[in-house]
Amino acid sequence: MKNKMTGAEMILHALKKENVGAVFGYPGGAVLDIFDKLYGTDIQFYLTRHEQGAVHAADGYARASGQVGVCLATSGPGATNLVTGLATAHMDSVPIVAITGQVHTHLIGNDAFQEADVVGITRPVTKHNYLVKSVHELPIILKSAFYIARSGRPGPVVVDVPKDIQQQICPESYPDKVEIRSYKPTVKGHPQQIKKAAQMIAAANRPVIYAGGGVVASGASAELRELADTADIPVTTTLMGLGVYPETEAKALKMLGMHGTAYANYAVQECDLLIAIGARFDDRVTGKLDKFASKAKIIHIDIDPTSIQKNVKVDLPVVGDVKLVLAEINKVIEKKQNTDWIQTILTWKKEHPLQYNGGSSISPQYVIEQVEKVANRETIITTEVGQNQMWAAQFYKYTKPRTFLSSGGLGTMGYGFPAAIGAQVAHPDKLVVDIAGDGSIQMNIQELATAVLYHIPVKIIILNNQSLGMVRQWQGIFYDRRFSSSCLRRNINCPPHCDGSGDMCPKEYVPNFVKLAEAYGAAGYFADKTEEVTPTLEKAFNTPGPVIVEFKISEEENVYPMVPAGAPIDKMIKGMA
Amino acid sequence: MRHIINLEVENHSGVLARIAGLFSARGFNIESLSVAHAEKEDVSRMTLAVRGDDAIIEQINKQLNKLIDVIRVIDITANYYVDRELVLVRVNCPPNKRGDIQQVNEIFGAKVVDISNKSMTMEMVGSEAKVDAFMETMRPFGIQEVARTGPIAMLREFKKKY
Ligand SMILES: Cc1ncc(C[n+]2csc(CCOP(=O)(O)OP(=O)(O)O)c2C)c(N)n1
Repeated sequence: MKNKMTGAEMILHALKKENVGAVFGYPGGAVLDIFDKLYGTDIQFYLTRHEQGAVHAADGYARASGQVGVCLATSGPGATNLVTGLATAHMDSVPIVAITGQVHTHLIGNDAFQEADVVGITRPVTKHNYLVKSVHELPIILKSAFYIARSGRPGPVVVDVPKDIQQQICPESYPDKVEIRSYKPTVKGHPQQIKKAAQMIAAANRPVIYAGGGVVASGASAELRELADTADIPVTTTLMGLGVYPETEAKALKMLGMHGTAYANYAVQECDLLIAIGARFDDRVTGKLDKFASKAKIIHIDIDPTSIQKNVKVDLPVVGDVKLVLAEINKVIEKKQNTDWIQTILTWKKEHPLQYNGGSSISPQYVIEQVEKVANRETIITTEVGQNQMWAAQFYKYTKPRTFLSSGGLGTMGYGFPAAIGAQVAHPDKLVVDIAGDGSIQMNIQELATAVLYHIPVKIIILNNQSLGMVRQWQGIFYDRRFSSSCLRRNINCPPHCDGSGDMCPKEYVPNFVKLAEAYGAAGYFADKTEEVTPTLEKAFNTPGPVIVEFKISEEENVYPMVPAGAPIDKMIKGMA
Repeated sequence: MRHIINLEVENHSGVLARIAGLFSARGFNIESLSVAHAEKEDVSRMTLAVRGDDAIIEQINKQLNKLIDVIRVIDITANYYVDRELVLVRVNCPPNKRGDIQQVNEIFGAKVVDISNKSMTMEMVGSEAKVDAFMETMRPFGIQEVARTGPIAMLREFKKKY
C-alpha cells in the first residue's frame, strides 16, 4: 500500500477498504479534490440530480443490501441538502457514511463562501459526526465512521472534510480496526434475562411477537421464525419489520398500529405476553399508551438500551443483538402449542380481513394486489409517504426481510424513488418497484435522469388521486372536509373554501406523468380502468429501463382500518359506511 | 427528584454541544453543569445536576451513555458522595455593618474577596445545603449580585454515612 496519499486519496482508499460498492453524490467546490481523484477510477459513482436523491439512494442501497450506504456532497448547500436524508436514515437506523466537503480550515467560522456548520446542523440527525481537523486523524475517523454506522444500532455518520485536508499528504495509513473506548455496544443478552424470557414464554397462553426494524438490521428472521414456530406464537410487525416473518403464514398478523390490521391490534390488546423484538413502541404503533397491551406482560429485546422503558414500562428488558438473543432463547425454549389462542387469531383473521370496496374507478388496494401477482418474491418494494405507503404495506404480502423499504420514522415524502434507485444498484437483477403518490413523486422526480442515464430500471407506480391523499383523509375525517391545500388541482381560480366537490373544480392536472417520463427518456404508461391494471403492470415490468405507470384513482379513497391518533389501537375506524 | 450525574467524556471540541443538544432535544431539565479537565489530559469531567422522575432520570442516564463521546456515566445520587459548590456573593455593606457580616462569614468559612464603602463580596464553598444557608443568612443585608457554580461531586472512597 502506497503510504503517501493525499487526504482525498485516503477517502477513496477507505471506500475500497470498506468494500463500498457504490457511491451516490454531487460535486462542488469543496469536494473538487475528491472528485478529481475519483476521475478514471473503478469506484462506481452515481451522479444524482440532487443531494437529497444521493442520500436516499445511499439509504435504499443500505436497506436493500445490509451494507453501509455512502454519499458525497459539497460544503454549504450540498451538505444542507443531505439533512432530510440523514434524518430519515437516523430515525430508521440505517447505516450511512456521508462525506461532505468543508471550506478551508483557516476559513472555518468566518462565514466563508458555501460554509455551513455541518457538524452543528447534522448533530441531532446522525448517530455521530466528525469535523476532520487534521489530515493525521482522517484515516482513524473514516474507520470509526464506518464502524459506528454499521455496529450496534446502526445509523448515519457524517464526516466533514475541509478542502485543505483533502489536499494535504496523509502520513498515516488506513487502520485495519478501531477501538473506541467510549463506544461498546452490548451485543450478548444477559443469560439471566434470557432464562427469564424463556420461562415467561413457556408460561404464556396468549403470546404475541411484535417485531420491528431491529430484526431486519440484525438479520434475525430465521431465529424469529424458529421462536414463533417452536412456541406457537403469532407475529405482528411494524412498518419497518415487514417481511421478517412471511405474511403468507397462518400465524402472520401483518402490521399493527394506526393502519394495522384489525386482527393484529386485537391480538396485541388481548395477549397475555407481548414479545417486542427490535421495535421501539412508536406512537403510531401503540396509540393510547396506557391502553396498549394492557393485559400483557412485556418482554423487550433491543440492542439500544434507550429504547427500553422509553415509552412503555416493560416487565423484562433484554439488551443485546436481537439475533444473538433469539438464538439463545431458542436453545432453551420448548415445543409448545397455544391451540385456543391460535384458533381465536384465525377467527379474527377470518372475520376482520383487510378489505376495500371496489368502485367505478381503479381501487388502489387492487393495484397493490396486482403488483404482488405480477411481481415475484424477490421483488423489492419501496414507497413514498401517505396513503400509497399504507396500502403498499397492507395489501402486499411480504415474505422476506429487505423487500419493503419505506421511511417509517420520519415519514419522508420523496424517499421512495431515490431509495429504489439505491436498491436497484445493490440488486441489479431484481425487480424494484416504487409505490408512489402523485404528491410525493414530485419531490424527487429529478432522479429520473439518474435512473435513465445509468440504466437503473426502477418501476414507479403512481397512484394518482390528484391530491395529497393522506392529508385529505385526515381533513375529511377530523377537519369537517375542509380540504385546505390538499388538492393538487387547486389553482388561482379556486375559491378559498373548498369541500372537494362541485362543478367548479378545475379539471386541469399537471404534470402529465406519461409525457414527463418520456421527456426524461423513460417509458410512461397510463390506465384508468380496472381491467387495464394487470396488463399495464405486465407491460411495465417487462419494459427494460425505468418506467412510470400512472393509475388514476379516486380522491375519496381512504386507508382503513384507522386508529385515530391517541385512541387505543382496538378502537379502529373500519371504513366508511 | 434531583440527581447528580458525573460524566467522563472525550476532551474534544463539540462534546459539550452534544450534551447540551441532547438535553434540549429531549426536553430534559438541566439545573447546572460544570466541565473541566480531569486527571487525564484527554478526558474531561462533567457534573450535571438534573431533575426528573425515575423514568426520566433513567432515560437521561441511558441517552448520555449512548453518546459516542461519553466514556462513563455515573449517577452518584444513590451513593455516598461529596459535593461542593462555589458561590460569589456581593451584599450591601456600609462600614458599620462589616462586623456583622464578618460574623456570618466566620460561621460559614466564607472569605472576603472584595470590599468597598458600600459593599462586601465573599467567596464561599460548601455543599448545596450549606451554600443555601449562607445565602439565606446574607439575604437580610441585601444581596446585590450572585454567581454560583452548581455542584461538582465525587464518590467517597470510604463508604459510610456521615
Ligand atoms: C416532506 C414531507 N412533507 C410533508 C409531509 C406530510 N404529508 C404526509 S402524507 C402527505 C400526502 C402525500 O401525498 P401523496 O404523495 O400524493 O400520497 P397519497 O397520500 O395521496 O397516497 C403529506 C403532505 C411529509 N410526510 N413529508
